[in-house]
Amino acid sequence: MTTLFTSDHEWLRIEGDVATIGVTDYAQSQLGDVVFVELPKVGRQLKKAEAAAVVESVKAASDVYAPISGEVLEVNAAVSDEPALVNSDAAGKAWFFKLKIADKSELEGLMDEAAYAQHTA
Amino acid sequence: MLARDDQSAPKPTPLHALHVARGGRMVPFAGYDMPVQYAAGVLREHLHTRSAAGLFDVSHMGQIALHAKSGRPEDAALALERLVPQDIAGIAPGRQRYAQFTDQAGGILDDLMVANLGSHLFLVVNAACKQADEAHLRDALSESCVIEPLSDRALIALQGPKAAAVLQRLGAEIAAMRFMDCGPRRLAGIDCLVSRSGYTGEDGFEISVAADRAEDLAQALLEDSELLPIGLGARDSLRLEAGLCLYGHDIDTTTTPVEAALQWSIQNSRRPGGARAGGFPGAEVILPQLEQGPPRRRVGLKPQGRAPVREGAPLFADEASPQPIGKVTSGGFGPSINAPVAMGYLPVLHAGTGSLVFAELRGQRLPLQVTPLPFIAHAYHR
Repeated sequence: MTTLFTSDHEWLRIEGDVATIGVTDYAQSQLGDVVFVELPKVGRQLKKAEAAAVVESVKAASDVYAPISGEVLEVNAAVSDEPALVNSDAAGKAWFFKLKIADKSELEGLMDEAAYAQHTA
Repeated sequence: MLARDDQSAPKPTPLHALHVARGGRMVPFAGYDMPVQYAAGVLREHLHTRSAAGLFDVSHMGQIALHAKSGRPEDAALALERLVPQDIAGIAPGRQRYAQFTDQAGGILDDLMVANLGSHLFLVVNAACKQADEAHLRDALSESCVIEPLSDRALIALQGPKAAAVLQRLGAEIAAMRFMDCGPRRLAGIDCLVSRSGYTGEDGFEISVAADRAEDLAQALLEDSELLPIGLGARDSLRLEAGLCLYGHDIDTTTTPVEAALQWSIQNSRRPGGARAGGFPGAEVILPQLEQGPPRRRVGLKPQGRAPVREGAPLFADEASPQPIGKVTSGGFGPSINAPVAMGYLPVLHAGTGSLVFAELRGQRLPLQVTPLPFIAHAYHR
C-alpha cells in the first residue's frame, strides 16, 4: 500500500488497481470548518483534473479534482452525513471516494509523503 | 466579501499586532490587513458570539465627524438630510440611526450609522467606500459643514449576550444604555465613544477609541475569559443570519433602499406628506416605490438541502425555465441555524414568504424557500 499526494492537497492510497482519495490535513486546516461535502456518483467515469467533489466551509466552496482518471467504485457516505469528519480525520475516516485506476502511468507525477511535506512547508 | 481593488499594500489597523499575536489568519480586505479567523475557527467564533461575547476589530471602517459651520448642530443634520432619505434632524442627542447615501437613480452609494453627539454628528461608513463618502460629503456639504475624517481612531465591536457584562466588569456605565444609544464613556480608564449597536443581531456595543489606546483597551477587554476575538469570517455569517445587508453585495448603486427592504429606515418626515418630504438624491424613484411597492425585493432564502448557495447564483422560477428571475447576493452556512442560508433579490410576484425558487448550482437546480428575515431573532436591548 502506497500513499501519494497531489499539489492540490489530495491524498491517494493505492491498493492494487484501486485508489482511495481524500483531502490532506493541510487542506482541511486551510479550509476551516467543513459544513458540506458533495461526492461523485458511483459508476461515474472521472477524467484526471475533472471536478469530482465539492468541499464547503462556512465561508467558501472548493472543488476537489480527480487526481487521476478512473471509475468511481464507492463513495464515503459518512463524510457527506458528517462533514466535520474532514476536519477531525482528513487522512483516515474522511476519505471521499474510491476509483478504479484507469491508467497507472498517471500516478507517476504524484508526490510521496516526504515530497508533499516539503510542498506544504 | 467586500473589497475593492487596492493596488497598495494592505494597511495595518491599530490592533494588527494583537491579531497576529493571537493567531489571526490575516487577509487583505478593503485595503486593510484583517483577521479572517483565529485558531478557534469561523464556526466556533460564530457560536461563541451568539452564546457569550466576541470582540471584532472594525477599525477599517470610516469614522467621520460632521460639524455645522454655523455652530448650530441642527444645521449639520439638515445638511446631511440632503444626501440620505432618513430623518437626521429628528435624532435626539445621544441617539443614532441607520441611513443610506443615495444617488440620483435611487441607488445606494453606501450605508452608514449617524449619531447625534450634541455638538456634532458622528458617522460610521464602510471601509471600501470611505474615501468616496468623504468626497461626496465635501462636494455636497462643504458650504455649511466641516467634514472631519477621524483617521486616528480605532473601532472595536463587542457583540453577544455577555457583552454588557464584560463592559460593566471594566467599570463602564452602560446599564442605562438602550439599543442605538451613543455617548462618551470611560472604559478601563480610557476615553471612548460607545454606542449600543452592532452587526450581528445580538446585543452589543461599538467602541470608538483613539488609535494609540486601542490595543490597551482591547487587551483589557480580552482579559475577560468570556470574550474571544472574532474574525471577518464569523462577522459575515453572523450578519447574514441576522438578515443585515453587506454593502457591495446585498446593496449597491443598482438597488434602492425600498428594493433592499430597508423602507423601515425611512421615517415619515421624509415621505410624502412629511415635514421634510423628499429632498434627497433619487427621491423621485424611492418615494413612489414606498407608495406603490418596488418591482423586486430583497428576501431571505433557505436552501432546502444541505448545500450552501453562494453569492452570484442565478435564481429561477422553476426547474426548467431558461431565464433567471433574480440572484443570490449573500449566501453561506448559518452555524446557529445549522443549515445553509442566503439572501437575494426576486420579483415581488415570487418574493412572498413560502415561495419556492430554484438556484443553479454546479449544473443542477436546487430549491430554495423564501423565508422571513432575520433567520435568527434579533436580541437588541431596546
